[in-house]
Amino acid sequence: MLKVRVIPTLLHKGFGLVKGVHFDSRRAVGSPMQAIKVYNLRNVDELVFLDVTATLEGRGPDLDLIDDLADDCFMPFAVGGGVSTVDDVRDLLAVGADKVVIGTAALERPSIVREASDRFGAQCVVVSIDTRRHDDGTPEVFVRSGTQGTGRDPVDVAREMEAAGAGELLVQSIDRDGVMDGYDVDTVRRIADAVSVPVVASGGAGIFEHMAEVLRDGCASAVAASAMFHFTEQTPMEAKQYLREQGFPVRI
Amino acid sequence: MEQRVAIVDYGMCNLDSVRRAFEEVGARAYVTDEPAELGRADRIVLPGVGAFPNAMRNLRERGLDDALAKYVIDEAVPFLGVCLGMQLLAQVSHEVATSDGLGWLDAEVVRLQATAGDTRVPHIGWNEVDALPGSPLFAGIPPRADFYFVHSFHMVCRDAADVCATTPYCGGFTSAVASRNVFAVQFHPEKSQRHGLTLLRNFLEL
Repeated sequence: MLKVRVIPTLLHKGFGLVKGVHFDSRRAVGSPMQAIKVYNLRNVDELVFLDVTATLEGRGPDLDLIDDLADDCFMPFAVGGGVSTVDDVRDLLAVGADKVVIGTAALERPSIVREASDRFGAQCVVVSIDTRRHDDGTPEVFVRSGTQGTGRDPVDVAREMEAAGAGELLVQSIDRDGVMDGYDVDTVRRIADAVSVPVVASGGAGIFEHMAEVLRDGCASAVAASAMFHFTEQTPMEAKQYLREQGFPVRI
Repeated sequence: MEQRVAIVDYGMCNLDSVRRAFEEVGARAYVTDEPAELGRADRIVLPGVGAFPNAMRNLRERGLDDALAKYVIDEAVPFLGVCLGMQLLAQVSHEVATSDGLGWLDAEVVRLQATAGDTRVPHIGWNEVDALPGSPLFAGIPPRADFYFVHSFHMVCRDAADVCATTPYCGGFTSAVASRNVFAVQFHPEKSQRHGLTLLRNFLEL
């Protein structure tokens, strides 16, 4: 049986890892190489690494850094941030990313998703859909690290990205980011029901029960978490032990 | 003795993680796109991520299809295909457009079809591999161990004798094949941590 995945997310800014709240107010939390070495030892299912300010600063991916990190990463490694061309995708795969996460560029130019998918296969093309709820609860997709609205509904975007060739969707909630009070289960569920590619839920994990909720009620294939692993004593392995007790298939 | 492992570079993916994983288990691994360089290898590995038609075109353009046949089929150098490198052994694939593969196995490559229980394609994540008892590639690996998969297509073997492991997803598919000195796996041993490294070590010891 296919296992549900528990994925630590590493957010990178400048020279180190950070973790913030609502895609903002980021605090330094250490070096990426150290984090990868720790997660290697802990046998985690997969890692997501996002360079969170690359697009805002007009930078592409830091290929030298990814090359170094990938060398020491004996687990599946998804990399995003600043990916704006198909050549960026090619270069990231070449230095050792297993999957490439495309955010802003996918929304602004869906043809990049189509082209990357045709050239490298859908399985390595992940599209990040960052959502924020308005006061009346209506969700909207944002780009440029949560700074710019698109006026679009997450489900429409998810369908478009699947049709364009995305092999997986990383659904991130900006409101829930860093708050540790639970995933946006409703948005994840609406997207998971609308597409047939796997959906990774991100943003809001504070306790293991939150993961169980979004896997069960949100129909996510995987759960990503950052603050929970940086700022609490909880580990990915403990999360999986909890999920196993709740009846989910996990890899221990 | 330190085995020399040639990792075939045909422009389709990240080869460094495969190289690093082989070094981790004690081999001297080198990445090459030169047909002649395959001649000094004790083991040949064909990795690959990407679309099938592109991959075959790249192999042919570099003359690697003929070099692989020479060393692996004629001279029986032990061979491991990984992911797309497994699918390329088939006679034909239906990815993007129908196209010919290397044709070493009587098999074709088709898309995974979602079932009521397994609704998500691509198949991404950790899933079990049911290997035939006594399969040398899986020596020392517990039954139904989890390996990392990331693919939308899979190989269908017409000769059941070629199948050495299956995985229960989308009705079940062939996740490893073995035929004489030719071995191939649909999952990524280089990303499958402990069991993946054991499998690579087994391949070196064949």
